[in-house]
Amino acid sequence: MTSSLFKIAGGTVYDPTNGVDGQVRDLWIADGRIVAAPTDPTVRPERTLDASGMVVMPGGIDMHCHIAGPKVNVARKMRPEEKRVAEKVMRTATTHSGTMGSVPSTFATGYKYAGMGYTTAFDAAIPPLAARHVHEEFDDTPCIDKGFYVLVGNNHYIMRAIQEQEPERLKAFLGWLLSAAKGYAPKIVNPGGVEVWKQHQGGNVHSLDSVVEHFDVTPRQIIRGIALAAEELKLPHRMHIHANNLGLPGNWTTTLETMKALEGHGGHLTHIQFHSYGGGDGDEDTFNSKARELAEYVNSHPNITIDVGQVMFGKTTSMTGDGPLGYYLSNVYKSKWFSSDTEMEAGCGIAPIEYKNKSLIHSLQWAIGLEWYLMVEDPWRVVMSTDHPNGGSFMAYPQIVRLLMDRTWRNDVLKTVNPLVLERSSLGDLDREYTLNEICIITRAGPAKILGLKHKGHLGVGADADITIYTPHDNKEVMFELPRYVIKAGQMIVELGEIRDPVRGKTLHVSPDYDHGVEADIADWFEKYYSIRFRNYPVTEDYMHEHETIACEE
Amino acid sequence: MSIATKKNTAPDPSLKIVQDATCTFCGCVCDDIDLSVKDDHIVEAKRACVLGKSWFFNHHTDTRPNCLISGQPATIADGVERAAQILAGAKYPIIYGLSDTTCEAQRVAVGIGDWIGGNVDTTTSVCHGPSGMAFQGVGEVTCSLGEIANRGDLIIFWGSNPAESHPRHFTKYSLMPKGMFLPNGRKDRTCVLVDVRKTKSAKAADIFLQIKPRKDFEALWVLRALAQGLELDAASIEDETGVPLSAWQDLMDRMKRAKFGVILFGMGLTMTRGKHLNSEAVLALVRDMNAYTRFVAKPMRGHGNVTGADNVVSWQTGYPFGVNLSRGYPRFNPGEYTTADTLARGEADAAMIIASDPMANFSQAARTRLAAIPYIALDPKETPTTRAATVAFTTATYGINTPGTVYRMDDVPIPLRPAFDSPHPSDFEVLSQLERRVKQLKAAVRIG
Ligand code: SF4
Ligand SMILES: [Zn+2]
Repeated sequence: MTSSLFKIAGGTVYDPTNGVDGQVRDLWIADGRIVAAPTDPTVRPERTLDASGMVVMPGGIDMHCHIAGPKVNVARKMRPEEKRVAEKVMRTATTHSGTMGSVPSTFATGYKYAGMGYTTAFDAAIPPLAARHVHEEFDDTPCIDKGFYVLVGNNHYIMRAIQEQEPERLKAFLGWLLSAAKGYAPKIVNPGGVEVWKQHQGGNVHSLDSVVEHFDVTPRQIIRGIALAAEELKLPHRMHIHANNLGLPGNWTTTLETMKALEGHGGHLTHIQFHSYGGGDGDEDTFNSKARELAEYVNSHPNITIDVGQVMFGKTTSMTGDGPLGYYLSNVYKSKWFSSDTEMEAGCGIAPIEYKNKSLIHSLQWAIGLEWYLMVEDPWRVVMSTDHPNGGSFMAYPQIVRLLMDRTWRNDVLKTVNPLVLERSSLGDLDREYTLNEICIITRAGPAKILGLKHKGHLGVGADADITIYTPHDNKEVMFELPRYVIKAGQMIVELGEIRDPVRGKTLHVSPDYDHGVEADIADWFEKYYSIRFRNYPVTEDYMHEHETIACEE
Repeated sequence: MSIATKKNTAPDPSLKIVQDATCTFCGCVCDDIDLSVKDDHIVEAKRACVLGKSWFFNHHTDTRPNCLISGQPATIADGVERAAQILAGAKYPIIYGLSDTTCEAQRVAVGIGDWIGGNVDTTTSVCHGPSGMAFQGVGEVTCSLGEIANRGDLIIFWGSNPAESHPRHFTKYSLMPKGMFLPNGRKDRTCVLVDVRKTKSAKAADIFLQIKPRKDFEALWVLRALAQGLELDAASIEDETGVPLSAWQDLMDRMKRAKFGVILFGMGLTMTRGKHLNSEAVLALVRDMNAYTRFVAKPMRGHGNVTGADNVVSWQTGYPFGVNLSRGYPRFNPGEYTTADTLARGEADAAMIIASDPMANFSQAARTRLAAIPYIALDPKETPTTRAATVAFTTATYGINTPGTVYRMDDVPIPLRPAFDSPHPSDFEVLSQLERRVKQLKAAVRIG
């Protein structure tokens, strides 16, 4: 970082947060942030980048991916076969080597996100017991800022607090837990279902009102309890929800019930594509899209935001905090299967999978994802994601941009998938095309707003100088896959995909105010049930490398 | 670090108490040890087992020089310079060991391997490497140790002898704890031991099955067949495995009746005939069992932070051990890039050994090669490996003198709380200096 002035001159700027839609503007940068243009006309920048003719946007933000921590690392170990044939990431004088495939190594992850113009990413599912592991990997994931969501939807302490009708205790615990893990937001994955999986063969919950044995709570109570606590803690990103029954035909009613269970409280439903299926009884012939029904509810309920979880055809790795889902998928695909249950907190399932465009189910999944992008009217409430690597790699984002901006191409691709998709979804009838401004919203301005990141996703004065500069091209995939320049906190880090300066990037986390009186009870709880000591659980400040606490305020 | 002073009657002002310190001696990585420290000696290690106590008590700061070059005392700076020259100038440098140091040091070591285009390998390749390969074949159904404590009602130890190798495993994790779903602790569990000999662990077991040596694979397949209800020939099964079919059937009935079954397998399984096929069979059996009830498997990893080494090598390179970086990107091939092999075949022309003693435990061919090439050793103790090293660094002991992170055998990361300072630098400090210098030398080569 430098206090010298850096000017990006004459670019065509997209900054939807500040109402700038493709106007030619100069940007001024100092100390890693956007600053006002000097009022004194004789002030000259130390450095000027001529961006005339180029498109300037804030750096991309991936608000839901799996890039670090125990399950990602297990997937790396588990899949040597795909790395041998994947692109090789070569060592240079300043950058490390790495491996790709569906689960890239840490350094490669940082370089590839940055190379594609993304400067921030959030891992979506971390058992807090493994928080330290994630922070270590983050420190080896250069070029981008990052944070993670803490798995809480099957946490025993939380379920007990709900059972005993102690919302204050729940709230204090949630505040303590996020601070202890140095996490960013609470994440619920198949609330209650993972605990049932731990208790019973093939176990799961099946509706919002299924009762979780031993704790005597329902998914609905868990969702509501955490939503309320998150709101009172004023968390910048209230609650990230992976609903029950992911991937199952007929699951759309569960998804609708989940939205209703929020009762107007803020909530983000993630990889909604996987939760928008009609049909039932495991009968492939009834499988169909319910994106329209659900999108209508989202359109009329501003408390709800979503990301899509787009499926892209090809081989990938499914990884989830949803233990029973991993079991289900490994049986469907007859593949190798990893499952790991984390005491008191969470589960995890990993299986290699392949999406084929000849398969009706996979083609429908692909189409339903696109329907979601095209059916949510307000682009500020829908975010681009592949749920990397579950629906496909984050490297597919440029291709998704093209599918959204180019109706002709979309219809060409539609012709190559299973033809029944035309009957079972309405993708063929949708002629909406995204504008560059809307793409800018769903890939950076929107996620920043949904995450409560006031310094990101825009180019106004005070924003982090995370900037991506593209060379315009008719083929939007070409334009978005290889930005001309990527600037991170005011430093030029990438030119045409090549890393210039592998800055470290920082970790973003919250530190909510909570009633510290709860700690004695948590300490007892640890003494009774955890296999590690209470004192050794929290990640302390001195353990952190570059990091920033994001304020909890309205 | 929370280093509290004891406040009871007649406090001894020279006594320092470190609460909830972590023992790194075995894969249990117990983090509940209260250390009493007096004059740079640990005089008490509350809750540690015999192995843990001897680990804590036998660490005195010794007066050996920080660095020796060809056996002669040298400054750390000179040692780093010489080491960097050796590694940067080699054609096939190898880095080996890593399991007895912090993740912080491991991360730097793997980084050095990348800058020099070397070979990176850990002691996993000589203990649970086969489990790692089996895992790549079938996956694994597993859990954290606290899950076993809270739910495990049938505990099977296979080819492992925790009474001697992981002494607190029974009391902390697998047998004695009163768990959330097992309020009566040991009474709510059944413990089975399967091994080729009656070890000290047999005392702790309700059922002991003594199988014929090198017949683990067959025994596991008997169980897989019984799980599916296949009819087997009693005479040949007993003849083959050394255990009557009725005993296997009884075990399978218990496995199906269990609510949460656990198989904890050790090197008795992974390092006998069949190696990764044995590990694969146990992982497959446990996977099969999940069609009937909940069942998990877990390798009983040994050295303190070998699990951390697996994790670090995996996240930086994508592969867990036996990684070659000579072409500028990571390649993985156990048997080719594992250290015992690169040495025995005479390929390695320089080495860096971190916290490991191959001169004491590798094959003759491997030792001969290591003795013939320039190499660097980092170790808190003097060992056959440090004695024959071109550059030997005496480093501080992790967990006793240095902070950092280690991973328990179930991948749970745990912080270290050092007891007293060492006059020696940490592995992390030496390796960080070395990395900076190696990078400079390599960059100069590129430009030149
Ligand atoms: S069981 Fe292992 S980690 Fe625990 S005190 Fe004994 S040697 Fe140390
Ligand atoms: Zn996800």
